[in-house]
Amino acid sequence: MRKFIIRRTIAMLLSAIAATIVVFGISRAAGDPLLLYAKPGGYGVSPEQIETLEKKLGLDRPLTVQYVMWLSRVMRGDLGRTLLTETPVSKVVGQKIAATFQLGFAAWVLATVVGIPLGVISAVNRGSPLDYVARIFALLGQAVPSFWLGIMSILLFAVLLGWLPVGTKGLEEGFPLSWTNLKYFVLPSITLGWGAAAGYLRITRSAMLEVLDSEYIRLARAKGVSHRRAIWKHAFKNALLPPLTVSSLLLAGFITGSVVTEQVFAWPGLGRLAVRAVQDNDFPIMTACALIFVGIFVILNFVTDILYAIVDPRIRY
Amino acid sequence: MNETSDPDRNFSLKNVLRGITVFWKLQRQWPIIPALILLILIVTGVFASSIAPYDPIKQNLRLRNAPPSLMQPEFYEEKSPDTQYLLGGDHVGRDIFSRLVHGARISLMLAGVALITGIVVGVSLGLVSGFYGGLVDEIIMRLVDVWFSLPFLLLAMVATIVFGTSFNLVLGLLALLAWSGFVRNVRAEVLTLKERDYVSISRICGASGTRIISRHLLPGVMNTVLVIASLRVGNLILAEASLSFLGAGIPSPTPAWGVMIAEAREYVQVAWWGTVFPGLAILLIVMSLNFLGDWIRDRLDPQLRQQI
Repeated sequence: MRKFIIRRTIAMLLSAIAATIVVFGISRAAGDPLLLYAKPGGYGVSPEQIETLEKKLGLDRPLTVQYVMWLSRVMRGDLGRTLLTETPVSKVVGQKIAATFQLGFAAWVLATVVGIPLGVISAVNRGSPLDYVARIFALLGQAVPSFWLGIMSILLFAVLLGWLPVGTKGLEEGFPLSWTNLKYFVLPSITLGWGAAAGYLRITRSAMLEVLDSEYIRLARAKGVSHRRAIWKHAFKNALLPPLTVSSLLLAGFITGSVVTEQVFAWPGLGRLAVRAVQDNDFPIMTACALIFVGIFVILNFVTDILYAIVDPRIRY
Repeated sequence: MNETSDPDRNFSLKNVLRGITVFWKLQRQWPIIPALILLILIVTGVFASSIAPYDPIKQNLRLRNAPPSLMQPEFYEEKSPDTQYLLGGDHVGRDIFSRLVHGARISLMLAGVALITGIVVGVSLGLVSGFYGGLVDEIIMRLVDVWFSLPFLLLAMVATIVFGTSFNLVLGLLALLAWSGFVRNVRAEVLTLKERDYVSISRICGASGTRIISRHLLPGVMNTVLVIASLRVGNLILAEASLSFLGAGIPSPTPAWGVMIAEAREYVQVAWWGTVFPGLAILLIVMSLNFLGDWIRDRLDPQLRQQI
């Protein structure tokens, strides 16, 4: 087990390094980053000033040195300053990260609680109307563009019916889990979580069908184990592996999805910040957001791998 | 107006019900509805310029947020003026129907080209990786691992800031998204195929590696490739729509569905048709593609069920 963890850790670090190289590479492929600060020949900037700026920013060094310098700055939490307001990026990002985590967590809980049990029920009652409903739920969830789902749900539940707030989560006073605060989460987390719930459902269903067909379930039934116990104790535990394996892919979906969902619901999180950065061409913010998402992504992948190995001791790569 | 008592018409409730049952039985064996929807998509995509009644980019400011003529009673009395838009006008008075039709072409083109590029790159890498093994295999597989652990949308947004939005950039990004899905499964397939007798025999006969790969292994993995491809197209279309929605995809006047939704979003309370129709189009297309993909998988390669 220890060897496995060490190997996965190395793999995780490799992914992280590769990702930072990609981000750094794209940022340099644009051409001279100096152009962001000073356009030669324009705005009355002399060649000497450009040279000084180049020295100051370390842009006269070789690319590999620049990469290491950049990486060490990033590691120390120095993500540069935003182009528009010149405030430190780490500060801007720090204000937004909690909202993204809250939304992501809510959506994940929703997807798990809805998707996995529904998958089991759908498999156990194969061919029944319930199974059809669950499968349509999954088919819709995997095909609906989440931004459109968000807009439609706002139109229906917020504008026409007026049951739920339109968006913008502002934490009000009172108990954090009370309805006054939770109501802001309902529409965004459904928008974000439906696709993942559909993924969980499909995988759980097919895994469950496979397991239910196996010898040991038949044996369990033959020796008189109750229906409920056979399903939840014997079959469900073994059918949990495939959903766990795809968890990392689904979590990837959450990260991409949160960008879109936050944009639709005006959620004050990282994703919205990233979209704003694209609109404003604010490069440092965009890089920082991408880096944070890469970090979350890589860590989640790692945790999933370890969990997978714990649940199934046969897994060792 | 008692239709059921009219003996000349076969339009009785009983016949209709029987027709629906027969159709549904057929539908369960052959995916008729999804295939039909995709056929319509392809036809509209190919013949977009002759189908669309108006120029998709030309603005007619008098018809800003004009409601769909389909909803107006005059439309059915054949006296509507011909400047009425079938599915309504958007916020600058462009015909939504024409934009949808042209958007079909764009989606089709992007998904098609990206998928083909992805197949060529992904399948070749998978074949090489599985057949030669060793260091090559290790490098390619680590590359795929790393690729899977990158958040695509975010990197695409970084790239957009750097290179600016353009059709070609979206195409490239989608191709980058498409290839990685093929490598692992093709490699796994090749690992079992290359132990088969016919491969060993052709090796004994002195066939070169390239020949074995192209003549003996490639046909063997085609089923898997087809299944994965059909399951991936939907994702590509969704990814393109999300990028366009975020303003990081197809640049604005071009009628891509994601752009249409993003632009009509602010007017959703006064003109819901601007957002509803493009969204429905995406939903229908992706659902049909996924449905068809499932069907192909169940026919060709049921073992993939556990993985995708």
